[in-house]
Amino acid sequence: MIRNHVLVCGGTGCTSGNSKKIFERFNALIAENNLTGDVQSVMTGCFGLCALGPVVVVYPEGAFYSQVKESDVDEIVSEHLIKGRIVKRLLYKDTIKEDGSGISSLNETGFYKKQMRLALRNCGVINPENIEEYIAYDGYAALAKALTEMTPQQVIDVIKASGLRGRGGAGFPTGNKWQFAKDVKGDTKYVCCNADEGDPGAFMDRSVLEGDPHAVLEAMAIAGYAIGSNQGYIYVRAEYPIAVARLNVAIAQAKEYGLLGEKIFGTDFSFDIEIRLGAGAFVCGEETALMTSIEGNRGEPRPRPPFPAVKGLFGKPTILNNVETYANVAQIILKGAEWFSAIGTEKSKGTKVFALGGKIQNTGLVEVPMGTTLRTIIEDIGGGIPNGKKFKAAQTGGPSGGCIPSSHLDIAIDYENLLAIGSMMGSGGLIVMDEDTCMVDIAKFFLEFTVEESCGKCTPCRIGTKRLYEMLEKVTKGAATQKTLDEMEKLCYYIKDNSLCGLGQTAPNPVLSTLRYFKDEYLAHVNEKRCPSGVCKSLVSFFITDKCIGCTLCARKCPVSAISGKVKEKHVIDKEKCIKCGVCLENCKFKAVERK
Amino acid sequence: MKSIEELKAIKAKMQAEIGTRDSLTDADTRIVVGMATCGIAAGARPVLNALLEEVQSKRLSGVKVTQAGCLGMCRLEPMVEVYVPGKEKVTYVKVTPEAVKKIVSEHIVNGNVVAEYVIKNI
Repeated sequence: MIRNHVLVCGGTGCTSGNSKKIFERFNALIAENNLTGDVQSVMTGCFGLCALGPVVVVYPEGAFYSQVKESDVDEIVSEHLIKGRIVKRLLYKDTIKEDGSGISSLNETGFYKKQMRLALRNCGVINPENIEEYIAYDGYAALAKALTEMTPQQVIDVIKASGLRGRGGAGFPTGNKWQFAKDVKGDTKYVCCNADEGDPGAFMDRSVLEGDPHAVLEAMAIAGYAIGSNQGYIYVRAEYPIAVARLNVAIAQAKEYGLLGEKIFGTDFSFDIEIRLGAGAFVCGEETALMTSIEGNRGEPRPRPPFPAVKGLFGKPTILNNVETYANVAQIILKGAEWFSAIGTEKSKGTKVFALGGKIQNTGLVEVPMGTTLRTIIEDIGGGIPNGKKFKAAQTGGPSGGCIPSSHLDIAIDYENLLAIGSMMGSGGLIVMDEDTCMVDIAKFFLEFTVEESCGKCTPCRIGTKRLYEMLEKVTKGAATQKTLDEMEKLCYYIKDNSLCGLGQTAPNPVLSTLRYFKDEYLAHVNEKRCPSGVCKSLVSFFITDKCIGCTLCARKCPVSAISGKVKEKHVIDKEKCIKCGVCLENCKFKAVERK
Repeated sequence: MKSIEELKAIKAKMQAEIGTRDSLTDADTRIVVGMATCGIAAGARPVLNALLEEVQSKRLSGVKVTQAGCLGMCRLEPMVEVYVPGKEKVTYVKVTPEAVKKIVSEHIVNGNVVAEYVIKNI
């Protein structure tokens, strides 16, 4: 009889924190102590609280152990599993009840309380490499329902009525997409899954694939039934080795159980899925480029129309949905359109997963109902900004999105609202920046990324982004004038209007949104030759004030020996030699080093 | 997979196995077994297994079987504490696997305390 379940997070974050070794140690100790059959150890997907990884959860107590080390495993086994005493020192502190009377449920903690986990429902709950655990949580029941009780049109009608929209960025209604593909005549059609998650800092699709791969397979089979397709492709980044491995296991198991393959559930419907590894280019996340890449060609976009629903992969009608979109489908079929459409705002239904990163306490994966305010996500769930710093901006949508200033913190997040304030939902990266961030530098960072990733097929994107980047560089070096700023803005709109695909059309967004909300910072760079946050190296200089007591620490720490002075006398920085690394400022115990 | 029945069979089998993978909430009935050295020596392990088996086979929802360390009266082990929300804790002592069946069916399911194993009656 299993009395305890030990769940070890096997997501990418915790794996990099050595959770595999932790898992193996648990297995070894469970065997050693004759606990096999009493205690079951499972490697799961992401729990979301990556900042506190590696994470281990022991049920039925629900003890949430955080930042577990391999050496802690012995104590958990001997204390908790053998003697039934929870190891308090390893518990996530928010789960310890204030009066010390025990532990409260994880769902009561600040991080989880305001979340609603639909797409991530099985992540951190099931073993992603065991299809039977997925089945235990209603897995493949939606496929069974669709195949035996519903017509393809009814499936599409439910998805349409639910209001589900694409979670990959643009937010196109999923049901309409499926309808277009269904209505096109043709014997061969394809169902594709976009798992080429390329935004810097975004990892929600990765976590779904790692934690709940069957949810995607099931949804793709349902989509295949709806539009009349027998073949699916998952285009996944080669940089996601764990996700790829788990997908392979999941596909093999689904075939073994007859949930993929010929005549599923004894019906006439057959469906197969293959994996295609991405070639490492950001542009392959764009739908036409992705399909070109699956076909074996260089990943470059092509003009639309014709849209993929009419002429997609190998010239056949094709639907392409994002991982997170698929992760919602099975539940909508099972629980109904009304259930889903009751969550969220008027035009954006359901939930959205965000990868919370940057200057934030609880770095990790959060899923909230549409319409949740940015403030709730950052302050309540994210735990605020560390080190008592002030919030400056939040960046959504990655290189295609924009920066949102504190004046818009209370806006309800959905597709329309984000567009209205100059950003976009994108795939769901959410990077928080504090007062030490220079907004010009951030715009430059994202643009550097798009310059690198532009495929080069169209001129506005290939050359435009490069020129835009050079202008930004001029600003950060203090070589720009007001005229540069005007030209920059003009160029931004030119690139937006004339680029071939989504990459170029959205590439200027980080520049435009920072120009809109943080114009004063640009002006400080241009007019006063000053970087208010002290980030742009060309515009700052370090100097030592009279507070210096001559302890010589800075001189010893300086990597280029730019600081000189005698013991117990004020030191001086040689501006010629100084590389502005800031080591002296960080190390001075007397706050004698200043940056200007 | 030839039929939906097959799918349902797997689901039922697995649900019993992983049913404990749910956090405790304040609304749950908790059955706590003393699993310190004294308890284990007195036979707490078969008692714990019997409890798990009874709860799982009866498909009782909102009932969680957990363990604790030494409950303090080693001479009366194996001890089992039952916490029903809103009611006073009941402590059973010298519990056997046979007693477990009675405790689960009468106390947990029907709400009647099994007097013969309650601590003050020993």
